[in-house]
Amino acid sequence: MRGHMPSSPSIRTENLSIHFGGHAAVNNVTCAFHPGELTVIVGPNGAGKTTWFNLVSGQLRPSAGRILLGERDISRLAPSERAKAGIGRAFQLTNLFPKLSVLENVRLAVQSRARQGGRLFARAAALTGLTDKAMHYLAETNLTGAAALLASALPHGDQRKLEVAMLLAMEPDIFMFDEPTAGMSVDEAPIILDLIARIKADTSRTILLVEHKMDVVRALADRIVVLHNGELVADGDPGEVMALDLVREIYLGVGAEEVA
Amino acid sequence: MAQTTSAIGAAVPNSKAGRTFAGRVTVYGLVALIGLALALAPFLFPDVRSQEVAARICVFIVLVASYDLLIGYTGIVSFAHTMFFGLGAYGTAIAIKTMGPGFEAILLGGGIGIVAALVLALLIGLLSLRVKAIFFAMVTLAAASVMMVLASQLSDFTGGEDGITYSIPKLFAPATELLADADGKALRLFGVALNGKLALYYFVFISALVLFLGMLRIVASPLGSVLQAIRENEMRAEAIGYRVVVYRTAIFCIAAGVAACAGILRAVWLKYTGPEVVLSFDIMIDILLMVVIGGMGTMWGAVIGVVLMTLAQYYLKDLMALGAEASSALPIVPDLLNPERWLLWLGLCFILLVYFFPAGIAGTLMGKGVRR
Ligand SMILES: Nc1ncnc2c1ncn2[C@@H]1O[C@H](COP(=O)(O)OP(=O)(O)O)[C@@H](O)[C@H]1O
Ligand SMILES: [Mg+2]
Repeated sequence: MRGHMPSSPSIRTENLSIHFGGHAAVNNVTCAFHPGELTVIVGPNGAGKTTWFNLVSGQLRPSAGRILLGERDISRLAPSERAKAGIGRAFQLTNLFPKLSVLENVRLAVQSRARQGGRLFARAAALTGLTDKAMHYLAETNLTGAAALLASALPHGDQRKLEVAMLLAMEPDIFMFDEPTAGMSVDEAPIILDLIARIKADTSRTILLVEHKMDVVRALADRIVVLHNGELVADGDPGEVMALDLVREIYLGVGAEEVA
Repeated sequence: MAQTTSAIGAAVPNSKAGRTFAGRVTVYGLVALIGLALALAPFLFPDVRSQEVAARICVFIVLVASYDLLIGYTGIVSFAHTMFFGLGAYGTAIAIKTMGPGFEAILLGGGIGIVAALVLALLIGLLSLRVKAIFFAMVTLAAASVMMVLASQLSDFTGGEDGITYSIPKLFAPATELLADADGKALRLFGVALNGKLALYYFVFISALVLFLGMLRIVASPLGSVLQAIRENEMRAEAIGYRVVVYRTAIFCIAAGVAACAGILRAVWLKYTGPEVVLSFDIMIDILLMVVIGGMGTMWGAVIGVVLMTLAQYYLKDLMALGAEASSALPIVPDLLNPERWLLWLGLCFILLVYFFPAGIAGTLMGKGVRR
């Protein structure tokens, strides 16, 4: 399956570690990802998946190791600079602008992508190009009807969708989804998974997805990476990785928890 | 669970939308009325005291609106706003004192004041807007204190505690006739002499109007929406590609520049600049109260808050004296209405306002703005 991948990775981490006090939440993780590849990252709660994402998108600074975007070392860049360089992130815990409208939440992401945030004397509402684009991403996520509501007024499932709409609106090269369907109802989750499948169709994009649901992993993953206690313990073809004893133990444990 | 929330979510906006619409109309109506009253103030309220009140309202609308850019739109708490106001005023005053009362002195001195405000804001911003809000607030407090000490110590330039008295360009002198009638006296329009005092008021009014409209434009701009995003969720604003520290510093500088412009207007109108009228913490507290009463993060709140506070400060005593006289036959009441107790009543009004309008008057009526 990985035979047709271009050889140069779009993003990689080298010996990446972060310590909180004495505890290594991410420990010496070296891993490379390629355009056109969808990697599912699995591991029990507390394995360090979100922390690893935070290191890559810049919310945390590593204690050791590097992050490379193409050949560029981005380990010291601010999150905003990494976003401009093409790293997009949706958060596990919903992380919106609560007292702004749903449309405004997405429009802000579009505006950032269009490098229009510094404009002082234009009227934001008159920049119809940005608004149209934002409406497009709201349509993609089935949120058109909610455009005028405050983000804080949305039900949980819709807030998760808005989180994804903002990531889409950033039009990044690297998509990082952190449990995008967590807490969503059974009929909402497929909307997000369809979207991810559509993003994947564009082979210039690299997708990292933290997800527990077994059927999702089977349907979408080109590759699975397993984190455990902050360490990378397995990496490879979905079939092979899922068959490993260690993974069955960890992963089925989590799966059981999910069902309960 | 999800069903209940969505049902509530669907029901609330409808009734709320109706209320917000009525609230918006009320706010715009109030603001239009105030704008009209200020535009025609010399003709509607020609006495000297009313002129004073109208001019103070114009200047403070600019000052408070520029503070709202910080506290209401971006979530920056600063206590240095009077410092920037003072820089504009002192720049103008010192230049006029040394160069004489010409427009070039106002331009040069005011310009230096604005530049000083911008540079200081840039320094404070870059050095400390990265730190927690409370530390930033402390830094601004310290800077403002230093500026007050400087103003009183460098008395050769600033006149110390006494401040500086000066004259202003001849065009603004009451003796100047803008249009003369047949007898060579100033022409009258609706009984109001077209003299330099009138020119001075309209200089203040139009400058304030232009500054206020500029700020309205800023909050509706792409930059304005980024500021609100930063206020709502700084971490997410950064994550979608906005360099928070740069945006914060930029708006801190803009607000400082506008406050300095307000300082120029104040200095020209008063023909006097001293710590009491432009630098003191009393003024800083007035600004805070005005923005809170009016409604943070609305711009219109600045207009409403300034008018209410200023009217109360100037006329509450008079009103109470009238009330005390009218009720002199009753027990206790005249005593309560003794003008000496005006601060008590002001405080009471403030508490009631905060209770009934938790997001300020404009904020609550329009269903937006920041709740404290
Ligand atoms: N800011 C932090 N300070 C201290 N410990 C943290 C912090 N962030 C994460 N951790 C710890 O790091 C470990 C990994 O957490 P996390 O990355 O959220 O796991 P996952 O996303 O895989 O469930 C956990 O033990 C968590 O308690
Ligand atoms: Mg996590």
